[in-house]
Amino acid sequence: MKSSVITFPGSNCDRDMDVALKKFGFKNKMVWHNDVELPKSDLVVLPGGFSYGDYLRCGSMASKSKIMQSVINFANSGGMVMGICNGFQILVETGLVPGVLLRNKYLEFICKNIFVKVNNKDNKYFRNLDKDILELHIAHNEGNYFCSKDQLKEINDNDQIAIYYCNEQGDIEEQYNPNGSIKNIAGVFNKEKNVLGMMPHPERMIDVSLSGEDGSKFFNNLINNLK
Amino acid sequence: MKISVIITLKKDVLDPQGKVIQQTLNGMGFENINEVRQGKYFEIDTKETDPKKAKDQVEEMCKKLLANLVIENYKIIDTQ
Repeated sequence: MKSSVITFPGSNCDRDMDVALKKFGFKNKMVWHNDVELPKSDLVVLPGGFSYGDYLRCGSMASKSKIMQSVINFANSGGMVMGICNGFQILVETGLVPGVLLRNKYLEFICKNIFVKVNNKDNKYFRNLDKDILELHIAHNEGNYFCSKDQLKEINDNDQIAIYYCNEQGDIEEQYNPNGSIKNIAGVFNKEKNVLGMMPHPERMIDVSLSGEDGSKFFNNLINNLK
Repeated sequence: MKISVIITLKKDVLDPQGKVIQQTLNGMGFENINEVRQGKYFEIDTKETDPKKAKDQVEEMCKKLLANLVIENYKIIDTQ
């Protein structure tokens, strides 16, 4: 399986993602934001970081990068595109996934482990995953997911909510919502479920001695689903 | 020709920064404030000399980059 990680000026989780993808069997290529052509890929990842210094709005400049037109075309033709953290912010700015990410409700940069509950497994990202509740890591200042009432109804009706913030037992309640996201939403799909944006970092949970291994489960399952 | 644009958050979008500014103002003794909303202001100096064309161009910039229309409104406030 071939993957591509796009590096924007200010990306800082691109190499972690490279390590994670390779660890679970992907042949990964790093792609520079100024490139025009996307290498042949089964998965394209927009990594975390602070592309363009988060100027204007997080992800807004990166969403207009040269490579993004190819990424958008790839996604629109059914290609798998996953945006993590700043990558999620870039995805919402392209309009590939609905909503926006606002400043965290209590204005703090949040860096900690959290739990998420997988809401929809009828897609290549989570199908066959043997866990519903994952412990992942978040590190962001703008992760407060927001969308209009109409959009919320639409993403609910189309089953586009990928993961919710919850506790270890999987209870989705306001007290387990780290950043004020509407309905505890931590990640969403596009309508077709080939594009996934999420704030938590699975690539930071691939080594049990450093953090945890729920990220390992995610990547292992993902590559098997793509085969 | 210079064009000025302001970008504001839509009514139902939470503005935690505005809220903190309001609280600070309250603490400083400005107690009669109902609400503070923070926005952005841009001054765009364009080579275009036709005011209508320049305005149209800036409007396109707002729609495509300067504002995110899911949460923000834009208003061209001044051309000179």
